[in-house]
Amino acid sequence: MWKTVVRRILVMIPQLFVLSLIIFFLAQKMPGDPFSGLITPETDPSRIEELREQAGLNDPLPMQYVNWIKDVAQGDFGKSYTYKRSVSSLIGERAYNTFLLSLFSVILVYALAIPLGVIAGRYKDTFVDKTVVLYSFISYAIPTFVLSLIFLYVFGYQLSWFPTSGTVDVGIEEGTLSYYWNRIHHMLLPAITYAVLGTTGIIQYLRSEVIDAQTQDYVKTARSKGVPMRKVYTRHIFRNSLLPIAAFLGFTITGLLGGSIFIETIFGYPGMGQLFVNSVLTRDYSVITTLVMLFGFLTLLGSLLSDIIMSIVDPRIRID
Amino acid sequence: MSKTDILLEINHLSTSFRIKDDYFAAVDDVTLTLRKNEVLAIVGESGCGKSTLATSIVGLHNTENTKVDGEINYNNQNLVQMTDEQFNNVRGAEIGFIFQDPLSALNPLMRIEQQIEESLIYHTKLNKEERNKRVIELLQQVGIPNPERTAKQFPHQLSGGMRQRVMIAIALSCKPAVIIADEPTTALDVTIQAQILDLLKALQSETGAGIILITHDLGVVAEVADRVAVMYAGQVIEEAPVNELFTNPKHPYTRSLLNSIPQMNTEGQKLNVIHGIVPSLKNLPRTGCRFASRIPWMPQDIHEASPSMHEVAPDHFVRCTCWQRFHFEEESDVV
Ligand SMILES: Nc1ncnc2c1ncn2[C@@H]1O[C@H](COP(=O)(O)OP(=O)(O)O)[C@@H](O)[C@H]1O
Ligand SMILES: [Mg+2]
Repeated sequence: MWKTVVRRILVMIPQLFVLSLIIFFLAQKMPGDPFSGLITPETDPSRIEELREQAGLNDPLPMQYVNWIKDVAQGDFGKSYTYKRSVSSLIGERAYNTFLLSLFSVILVYALAIPLGVIAGRYKDTFVDKTVVLYSFISYAIPTFVLSLIFLYVFGYQLSWFPTSGTVDVGIEEGTLSYYWNRIHHMLLPAITYAVLGTTGIIQYLRSEVIDAQTQDYVKTARSKGVPMRKVYTRHIFRNSLLPIAAFLGFTITGLLGGSIFIETIFGYPGMGQLFVNSVLTRDYSVITTLVMLFGFLTLLGSLLSDIIMSIVDPRIRID
Repeated sequence: MSKTDILLEINHLSTSFRIKDDYFAAVDDVTLTLRKNEVLAIVGESGCGKSTLATSIVGLHNTENTKVDGEINYNNQNLVQMTDEQFNNVRGAEIGFIFQDPLSALNPLMRIEQQIEESLIYHTKLNKEERNKRVIELLQQVGIPNPERTAKQFPHQLSGGMRQRVMIAIALSCKPAVIIADEPTTALDVTIQAQILDLLKALQSETGAGIILITHDLGVVAEVADRVAVMYAGQVIEEAPVNELFTNPKHPYTRSLLNSIPQMNTEGQKLNVIHGIVPSLKNLPRTGCRFASRIPWMPQDIHEASPSMHEVAPDHFVRCTCWQRFHFEEESDVV
């Protein structure tokens, strides 16, 4: 197994290399640069030119690329023009915020979706099932930003149950119990919003997996052994139905760092999604390129992780 | 045969499936008995209701769209009337079931030992250690060469024949009085088929169980059956001891089935196929002789209006009267 893992990681290198080329040239094609935003009628064009020269933006493209890749290989992702700090520390901080929020959200999603999907499948066509299906259709139909805005307005502004932006209130001492509670309090509303929307797919998927598994021959075998129905569900149907969910788990885990653009932006939560939008708006090249590289890497890693997880939970799948 | 030899008595059993708002009988008024120590074969083409009948005996039809009427008497109890909980004490314990395709019939995520052990958990008082011992014993009994190793394996790691042996071990685990095998060799290679049939036969003489063997393969019937019931369109149309059936087949359907077996020695002769197909459940003729439409060259008046079973020789029963004048299609019949 370790051989495969190492091989798969080695294969990622050329893949990431191609990705870096694409990202670099796409970034070049973006109109404007970090300094175009500074231009006002009073700006001295030679001053802007000087800044460009300093930043190396006037070098020939291949040279710019090589310089960039050299730095990246050494773990230096450059400096954010907008935030005036190193990209790695900026992303590190945002990734931490996003990770906390995503983890919280994903736990909520699974805690909601697994029981709902399983119950809907098991009690297909009953009132409970119809209610769950109705819920999942509605949540599927609502765009993220609409639900975010509604929740923010109702629970944040009107009822004031939750803070409306940020990760923690100012002036709370770090490390205290109330600090942690305050952080969680800030995450609750965006996490609930995310969960309400994120459960849809899993519920539908699981429901149909359970319905499908019910008619499988191994279920008939289990019944023919005289296994009580309740045990047939827990020992046979649920385990088999959860397999496809496990197949996505790797992507889910690495996706924890991706963040949600809509939710983070609307809830003013300083995470990766929000950072991505802002850096695109301000043409903050070094941040954009690093983020896209990171997302690409995480996707590759997610697929590897998924394969490893599958080989653990499904005896038919082996990687050696 | 004395009355006490009877293991299972099926009386006027009908099993109907709901299609839209109507119920259609896939098993229509079937009466059969299974005795100790015997292999009762049920034969017929695909779609004749054999699996529906077998599934009714273990009560595994989905109650939402299936209706079962009549009696299945086992041990002075009518299985048809049992609740699912009551039935769970019979399934696996008193009646073992073997499915056609052992790969899909075994849970892909569970080790062989767990799958065999499962029936022991619900029907015996054995503790974990005793159960493990029994699992190995069973694997040995069904002729698995390395039981300790196989016990730890998963279904996909075994060959088709080994998997079917495991299925048989599961069916045997609690020493049931009745074993139902629904096309147990159909999914297997020919050489493996013979081995599995030999095994079933050997196990039967060891345990004295009664076996209902469902198949569409008359070769299988000839090899292992003691008695044969031929099913067509949900009904038993002929029933006889195996020798009698092969030497003295009566019903046009039985004769057509026998006639359609390819002969090894008559090279170049055309294959005799039965005219038409088994009608679908909705289109089953519910009055008159159900086989009439497949022998269209015969005049209609050879059939009984409401065909019933007639004893034509000791223990040999035939439905309808059409057998008396039936002949295979001749040149002159072709229009
Ligand atoms: N669950 C079901 N719902 C509706 N029709 C069914 C169902 N199972 C079987 N049938 C129909 O009942 C008839 C008998 O099927 P089956 O018992 O499987 O035949 P066999 O085992 O002899 O091939 C067929 O026409 C089949 O299409
Ligand atoms: Mg069948």
